[in-house]
Amino acid sequence: MKVLKYLLIKEYKQMFRGYLIPILFVLVPFALTNLVPRIATQEVSNLDIAVIDNDHSSVSKRLTEKISASGFFNLRSLCGNYMEAYDLLQRGDVDFIVTIENGFERILYREGAAKMMLSVNSVNGMKGGLGNNYLTQIVMQYAKELNEETRNSMVSPMNICPQFLFNSQLNYKPYMIPALMSLGLILLMGFLPALNMVSEKEKGTIEQINVTPVGRVEFILSKLIPYWIVGLFIVGFSMLLAWKIHQVVPAGSIALVFLFAFVYILTVSALGIIVANYSDTLRQTAMLMFFFIIVFALTSGLVSPVSSMPDWAQEVTRLNPVRYIITSLREIFLKGSTFTQLLPQFIPLCIYSAVTMTWAVISYRKKQ
Amino acid sequence: MNIISVRNLHKTYNKGKTQALKGVDFDVRQGEIFGLIGPDGAGKTTLFRILTTLLLPDSGTAQVDGYDVVKKYKDIRRHIGYMPGRFSLYQDMTVEENLTFFATVFNTTIQENYHLVEDIYKQIEPFKHRRASKLSGGMKQKLALSCALIHAPHVLFLDEPTTGVDPVSRKEFWEMLQKLKTNFHLSIVVSTPYMDEAMQCDRIALMQGGEFLTIDTPQGIIESYTDRLWSVRSDNMHRLLTDLRKMEGVQTAFAFGESHHITVDASLTFDVFRQKLTALGHQEIQIEEITPSIEDCFMHLQN
Repeated sequence: MKVLKYLLIKEYKQMFRGYLIPILFVLVPFALTNLVPRIATQEVSNLDIAVIDNDHSSVSKRLTEKISASGFFNLRSLCGNYMEAYDLLQRGDVDFIVTIENGFERILYREGAAKMMLSVNSVNGMKGGLGNNYLTQIVMQYAKELNEETRNSMVSPMNICPQFLFNSQLNYKPYMIPALMSLGLILLMGFLPALNMVSEKEKGTIEQINVTPVGRVEFILSKLIPYWIVGLFIVGFSMLLAWKIHQVVPAGSIALVFLFAFVYILTVSALGIIVANYSDTLRQTAMLMFFFIIVFALTSGLVSPVSSMPDWAQEVTRLNPVRYIITSLREIFLKGSTFTQLLPQFIPLCIYSAVTMTWAVISYRKKQ
Repeated sequence: MNIISVRNLHKTYNKGKTQALKGVDFDVRQGEIFGLIGPDGAGKTTLFRILTTLLLPDSGTAQVDGYDVVKKYKDIRRHIGYMPGRFSLYQDMTVEENLTFFATVFNTTIQENYHLVEDIYKQIEPFKHRRASKLSGGMKQKLALSCALIHAPHVLFLDEPTTGVDPVSRKEFWEMLQKLKTNFHLSIVVSTPYMDEAMQCDRIALMQGGEFLTIDTPQGIIESYTDRLWSVRSDNMHRLLTDLRKMEGVQTAFAFGESHHITVDASLTFDVFRQKLTALGHQEIQIEEITPSIEDCFMHLQN
C-alpha cells in the first residue's frame, strides 16, 4: 500500500503537468450545465403561423388576436386564400395555417358550433404536436369565453385543468441537468482512465512497471483513484453551477447525490480500464469508448424516456448503468426521493460497479 | 555459480506459425557480461521478455537468480533491472522524478543505492529538473540505466541498449557497463545487433532464427574459426562480388564494408588468385590475409 501512495503521486503529477486535462475538468461541467440546458430545451415557442380569415367577423378577428397574443405564435401573414398560405408553408416561412371559413360567426351563433381548419407542418413531429396542442388550448379557451359572454347553448364538452406534480411549470432544466451531469461524468471518468491506461501501453512505459513488484490491484487503483476524486469535484461543481446559474437545486439530499454519483463513477471508470485492457492502441480504446458512451447515452432516458421505449428495449436498458444514475438523480432533484425509495436503482448500480471493478483488475495482465 | 540457467526454451507466436525460440540452452555466470548477438528477428527480445517474466514460454525452463520464471516471477521482479529496447520512462516527468519513482516502487530510496548509479547519474544530474522527453538520446539512455539500477538488482537485462545511439555514446555506455561489472560484480545480459560490440562481452551467444549458433568467449569463437580469410578490393567492387562467388577455390564471399571478405581453399595462393582476377578485367587489386572478426564468424556459422 506504500507503493500505491507513490503511484498516486506520480499520476497526480502527470495529470496536472499539461494544462488541457485540468481545463476539461472545469469546461465539461460548465458547458453541460450552463450551456446545454439553454439550447436543448423542449419548450417550443416562436411558432410561425398564417391565418386565412374568410369571415372577417368580430369573432374571427378576436380569434386571430388571441392566437398572436398567446406568446407561442408569431403571426407572420394574413392570407387571402389557402394556396397563398400553403406557398408560405412550403417555403418554410410558416409551420401552421389556420383557416376560418366564410360564415363562421353566423354558423357559430346559429348552430352553437362552427368548424375551422388547422394545417400543421409536422416534419418536426415534436414542434408540430406541441403547436397543435397550444392552438387547441387557445381555441378551447376562446370558446369558453364566448360561452360565458353570450350564455347561450354553445357546447363545452369538458374542462380539463391539469396540475403538474414535482415540476409545476414544466421547467425543462431540473429534468435535464441531472442527466447532463451523468453524461459529463461518463465522458470524463470513462474516457480519461481508459486513455491514460492505454497510453502507457502505447508508449511502452507499462513494460517498465510490469517488471517491478507493483501488484495489479495497486496499479489499477492508481489509475482509478485520481479520477474518482476529480469525479466528485465535478459533481459538486456541476451542482454549484446549476444552483447559481439556473437556480436548480436538488429537492432531496445533496449527500445522496454524491453517494449515487460515486458508485456510478466507480462503474464508468472501471469500464474504461476494461476497454483499455482489451485494446492495444489509443485508437482502439477511443473508438470502443465512443461506441459504449453513445449507446449508453441514447438508451439511458437522456433523450427519450425509457418508459416510452418498446418493452424489449426497456429490458435491454437494464444493462445500462447510465439509466440508473439518470433516473436516480432526476428523482432526487425533482421529487426529493429518499435512499430507500431509490434502492431499486442503487442495488443494480452497486452490482454493476462490483462486477466492472473485479473485471478491470482481472483483465489486466502483467504477463502474456 | 550461474545467475541464469535456461534449458530447452521454446516459444511460438501466432498459434505456432512463427517460431521465435526453437529450444535455447545457456547459462550466465555470476558477475559476467553475457552478450546475445544476432540480427533483427533472431529472437533476442522474446528471450528477454521470458527472462524478465513478461512472457510465458511454451516449454522448457528458465531460472533467474535461482527462481523459476514461471512459478516465482514475483521474486524475480524484485531482483532484476530491465531496460527495454524502447525508451520507456515517463516522458512527462523530470529526470529526478523518474528516478525517485522507480526507487519508490521497489521500496527503496535514491540515497540507499546512490553508490550504484553515482557515476552515471552524475552526468545527467545537472538536468535533473528537465523532463525526460527533453533529453538527448544519450542522456535518455543514461537515465534509463540509472532507473534500472536504482533498486540494486542482482542481474541487469539490457535489450539493444545501443541501437540508434551515436558511436561516442555507445563507447561510453559500454565503459559504464564494464565499471558496473568490476565495481559491483553485477551480472549483465545484453543484446545487440552490432557485432563489433561483441568483443566487450565476457561470453557471447550468436543467435539466429530462434536458435543459438554458438556460445563461447569472443576470443574462443574467433579461435575456432579455422578457414583462411582474405580481404579483397578492386576498382569494380560490385562486379568483383559476383565474380568471386563464381570463382573456383572461393568458398564464400561477402561484402564487408569497404572490402569483400572471402574464405578460400587451402590450395589457392595469392598469385594464382590475382591472375584470375586480372584475367576477369579487374584493376587496382588489393588482397590481404586477415584475422576474422565476430561478424566473419557469424557469417561462417550461418552457413
